Amino acid sequence: MPEITYLEAIREALFEEMERDRNVFCLGEDIGAYGGAFKVTEGLQSRFGESRVIDTPISEIAIIGAAAGAAHMGMRPVCEMQFIDFISCGYDMLTNYVATARYRAMLPCPMVVRGPSGGYVRGGPFHSQNPEAAFLHTPGLKIVYPATASDAKGLMKAAIRDEDCVLYFEHKYLYRRIKEEMPSGDHIVPIGKARTAREGTDVSIITYAATVWKSLDAAAELEREDGLSVEVIDLRSLAPMDDDAIVATVKKTNRVLVVHEDTRTGGVAGEITARINELAFEWLDAPILRVTAADVPLPYSPPLEDYVLPQTADIVKAVRRLASY
Amino acid sequence: MTKNLRTAAARVRDVGGAGAGAAPLAREQKIELYYYMRLTRTLEERLVNLYRQTKVVGGLFRSLGQEADAVGSAYALDRKKGDILSPLIRNLGSMLVQGAQPLEILRQYMAKGDSPTRGRELNIHYGDLVRGFIGQISQLGDMVPVMAGVTLSFKMRGEDRVGLVYVGDGATSTGAFHEGINFAAVQRCPLVVVVENNGYAYSTPIAKQTAAKQFKDKAIGYGIAAEQADGNDVIAAYEATRRAVDRARDGGGVTLVELVTYRRKGHAEHDNQSYVPEGEIDRWSSSNDPIDRFVKVLTGSEEGVSAAELEAVDRRVTEEIDRATDEADASPMPEPADALVGIYADPPAEQPLWFREGIRAAVEVNERPAGWGTHDA
Repeated sequence: MPEITYLEAIREALFEEMERDRNVFCLGEDIGAYGGAFKVTEGLQSRFGESRVIDTPISEIAIIGAAAGAAHMGMRPVCEMQFIDFISCGYDMLTNYVATARYRAMLPCPMVVRGPSGGYVRGGPFHSQNPEAAFLHTPGLKIVYPATASDAKGLMKAAIRDEDCVLYFEHKYLYRRIKEEMPSGDHIVPIGKARTAREGTDVSIITYAATVWKSLDAAAELEREDGLSVEVIDLRSLAPMDDDAIVATVKKTNRVLVVHEDTRTGGVAGEITARINELAFEWLDAPILRVTAADVPLPYSPPLEDYVLPQTADIVKAVRRLASY
Repeated sequence: MTKNLRTAAARVRDVGGAGAGAAPLAREQKIELYYYMRLTRTLEERLVNLYRQTKVVGGLFRSLGQEADAVGSAYALDRKKGDILSPLIRNLGSMLVQGAQPLEILRQYMAKGDSPTRGRELNIHYGDLVRGFIGQISQLGDMVPVMAGVTLSFKMRGEDRVGLVYVGDGATSTGAFHEGINFAAVQRCPLVVVVENNGYAYSTPIAKQTAAKQFKDKAIGYGIAAEQADGNDVIAAYEATRRAVDRARDGGGVTLVELVTYRRKGHAEHDNQSYVPEGEIDRWSSSNDPIDRFVKVLTGSEEGVSAAELEAVDRRVTEEIDRATDEADASPMPEPADALVGIYADPPAEQPLWFREGIRAAVEVNERPAGWGTHDA
């Protein structure tokens, strides 16, 4: 089978799920005839028609709210946020309505909210965000953020089949930069299971999304130059979080670096650090370190963006500090 | 007895369902409207007593003076076809029309473990897809996009069903109202949006809510049909909503229905209504009470319902609520740990926090590295 990109893998998952289940439909801005701002949904409308690939007004509240209503009635909507930065326009609908529906009203709300996320693309403050931490704090939502093309496909299929709302963050830097051959058959990646992206014994890096690749680059460099064996854990799912995988790698290496592209304060790294503190404190030989973005809105100009976002060199530096602690 | 009344009346309604068009309501149907209005009012009066006895755990929201618009509009739906509504806080009457039970309402208010939401949500915030009502949340306007999606699913599946969503005058100022009604209009969803104009949003009068002359006018901007009716006239509320329901069912898309009424009690029971001009409430209660008005119609020469007949309905209502009150009072409070169940389908429950378990701390359940030998000493 030919290799396909991360973006094509998402599209393939949407195609397969819409073929499989008539209740699956897509809605979002410019996703139909135009195929979406990044062309993720290209070809879907010509295959499945306007009623199943719905071009909506610029109304994130309505997109998410209508998806919730349809989901109550047994449909399986997949909402596109044109950029994930606009998910905040539907924040109330997601956190107050969707996330609580099952708990407060026994109303099932099986739906996916997906959208291009993340920086390293000179997108500026409103086309580069990583808003996962805001939703990690909301019980009732699931969150996935794949780093590879096969995970992008397998997690999308799992998200569509999940009985609850799944926020599916897709990294736009990875859209066309990585390629992979898809596993054959009905490829599902279970939500809530991390992946060991690289085996190692000296230091663990726990990360997800685009910084998985920066961490792998750093690990290769550290092996080459320092002889260090670095393990890289790709969380893939943030909610639920794979505590077993986190604890296992802590026990293996006893030194942990948490890396993410989102800003630092109140970020996911703080939650991971707290869990390790509670579950495996005695296994640590060094304080847990974080490499994250600085606490600033993401700036546009390349020297500014590069300075703010985590880079491979930052990860190398942090791992060296941990190894020598 | 009450149950028999409802069953008999429901049968009448089924016969006279949407297929009959907007035919005038039969005598039995009008008595049923009276029953639901009286049930709403008496149930709320009972809740006031329970509130004063501190048996209602949270706030209490009244619909005094608004019973006709809730009951009349909901009555325009066809339960047999599977129509669904989403009520607002002053639409208890609409839920009763769809089959909500006083016992459920009482258990909700009393935060009981066997309430429809098992003690998770307050007051009339609950629903049942089978009976055709979806529980609201407190963020006003949010149910408009949700009901747009419910009715979108009707359209996508080619089902002959209609949805109705209630908003107050205040909710028309929200972004969710705008986005939801516009989305539904563009998609030509079979949706009726009832704007229940009762004069106030908490303490804010409509003049501070909108510069529009009337809420009905907002339909123009969305390119949808509009209806307006005296919300204190139950038949007028029914007929205006019925036209909108028929339009939706016939593929005519969204209608905004403005029902003009008046909120005679405060936002909730604690509200002293200091912001209401003197005499305003008395004027509405003495000359424009929806139940008084409807009694006059029913007992007039045209309808010829006897006072005794209506008194019998009142007695049945009281008996039904008495029974429900006893039962709700005897209901258990929820088991505390039920709070952790059902956030997701999978996992089915959250794990208790260790300090709630009252057992070993996390540091003890995890094995320790070999050679870390001082811990047990």
